[in-house]
Amino acid sequence: MTAMPTGAPAGNPVRPGRAWTMVERNLMIYRHTWPVLLAEIFEPMLYLLAFGVGVGLLVGDVPGLGASVSYPQFVAPALLATAAMNGAMNETTFNMYGKLTTDKTYESILTTPMSVRSVALGEVFWALVRGAIVATVFLVVVSIFGLAELPGALLVIPSALLIGFAFAAMGLLTVTFLRSWQDFQLIQLVMLPMFLFATTFFPLSVYPRAVQVFVEVLPLYHSVELVRAAFLGTGGGYPAIAVIYLAVLGVVALAIAVRRLEDTLRP
Amino acid sequence: MTDSSTVLIDAQGLRKVYGRPGDKAGFTAVDGIDFQVRRGEAFGVLGANGAGKSSTMRMIACVSPPTAGSLRILGYDSGADGAKIRARLGVVPQDDTIDTELTVRENLLIYGRYFGLSWKVLRERSTRLLEFTRLSEKADDAVATLSGGMRRRLTIARALINEPEIVLLDEPTTGLDPQARHLLWERLFQLKQDGVTLLLTTHYMDEAEQICDRLVVMDAGKIVAEGAPAELIARYTLREVLELRFAPGERQIMTDKCRGLAERMEELPDRLLLSTDNGEETLSAVHRQGVQPLTALVRRSSLEDVFLTLTGRSLLD
Ligand SMILES: Nc1ncnc2c1ncn2[C@@H]1O[C@H](COP(=O)(O)OP(=O)(O)O)[C@@H](O)[C@H]1O
Ligand SMILES: [Mg+2]
Repeated sequence: MTAMPTGAPAGNPVRPGRAWTMVERNLMIYRHTWPVLLAEIFEPMLYLLAFGVGVGLLVGDVPGLGASVSYPQFVAPALLATAAMNGAMNETTFNMYGKLTTDKTYESILTTPMSVRSVALGEVFWALVRGAIVATVFLVVVSIFGLAELPGALLVIPSALLIGFAFAAMGLLTVTFLRSWQDFQLIQLVMLPMFLFATTFFPLSVYPRAVQVFVEVLPLYHSVELVRAAFLGTGGGYPAIAVIYLAVLGVVALAIAVRRLEDTLRP
Repeated sequence: MTDSSTVLIDAQGLRKVYGRPGDKAGFTAVDGIDFQVRRGEAFGVLGANGAGKSSTMRMIACVSPPTAGSLRILGYDSGADGAKIRARLGVVPQDDTIDTELTVRENLLIYGRYFGLSWKVLRERSTRLLEFTRLSEKADDAVATLSGGMRRRLTIARALINEPEIVLLDEPTTGLDPQARHLLWERLFQLKQDGVTLLLTTHYMDEAEQICDRLVVMDAGKIVAEGAPAELIARYTLREVLELRFAPGERQIMTDKCRGLAERMEELPDRLLLSTDNGEETLSAVHRQGVQPLTALVRRSSLEDVFLTLTGRSLLD
């Protein structure tokens, strides 16, 4: 090896690490493990096949949405919103918990000029990149089957990104509270009922008013409404509420999560 | 030698207190230490498990904020300019934190990206560093296939990716077999030759004696001695040590008989150490007292004895 410099690093000035580098790391890993992403894309399609087509044969159109909407058309956007949510949450809870505890990945990254904030933002970025890929493939497939109206349905992509952001940030906040792998069952305890109730399979109108109020505060409900509006070209002014709700949720969760991560990662 | 431009690390009254749930006062791991590391030297921190070595290293690496005291590194304040300092440090943590999801070379590439280095520079540097750490053949392998010594060398290669001025090594050879240790030491010598400042912790005496120009001995969060290895041995020990082992049943009687035969006597679980200026003479005196050891060994005093004198404990217990 040639001589190591003893003075300031010569040649290439050292710039502070940026959040984008975390995305580069994940892309590097996914070069080896890309089938994982395929599984994530197929899951909502399987649901669509099982529920959308299967149940759709039994029930015909879905009432209460103005225009006539077939059951597969009703379920497809909800499944996409759910896929965007799950992809983001998995990334910042399950994957991140492993990196925080077993693998100590962040410990080594933080010995470089990278800051805790860059690392956190980077992981959220990556969750968004993944979400965008999953949403795009899903959209292409359902468009081929005539379940979405292009080009209007392209709004689904930014919607999926926003959903990914909100849930990635929520996941990031959640992971700072986890004490052990057992706690993931608690997360499931919240996520599964939310998936079932957030107008994924039934319109809001089937519930009694008390349950409707409960459903209307769920972040997934707003996500589903947002994507459904883009899919069906409906919604009017409503999506604005969903956008604000999800954006505020994401920003607040992210801000608190970064503060808490700082304590965890720099003891 | 006190010229401030040559002092790369300057710690004054450095403390680290960990908060613990239900314990308001917290736990003091580093209890007000002062030391300076100069450019180009190999500086050691010697201490038993729990002495506070890693806590000290993490503060210097600017990954753990000091609770009190001042810590200046490369002329910057560790609290205010952590990122600037980290850009010019290489860190080899106590536990290998290699990215297990990446290959050997990818580990170097992505680590360099965290420093904002370009892919072009990194491709060239990673090849050179893999050569330097004798890992070229493993470049495209998964890190899971590496032996302990190779993982350690990869961690060192990774720490050199930003061509650091100071390299921090926390117990670099713990858990390695003798051959792997010697290869690693040889690489560390090379780094030192190249003018890199080394700061390492260890609980191996031979490592400290071989590599370190100067060292501090830490015990329970405090520095109990400081100096060059030979200086410390001269200051805190007599020239030689007589080591005696006894049959288990006779230990206490034999030990009592040896009292007064040497200036210092240390009782360890498995042997008795007598410090003396002349080991052979003391051995004769021991025999004259009617003491019959199972084995008797005369050796030169080492850092191990310094540690024993200072703390009353063996380093590797
Ligand atoms: N993050 C931490 N939180 C609480 N206590 C800690 C933490 N890290 C180390 N300690 C405690 O501080 C003491 C010194 O630890 P350490 O600096 O790792 O010593 P060494 O590296 O010399 O073995 C030990 O008693 C250890 O249990
Ligand atoms: Mg340690």
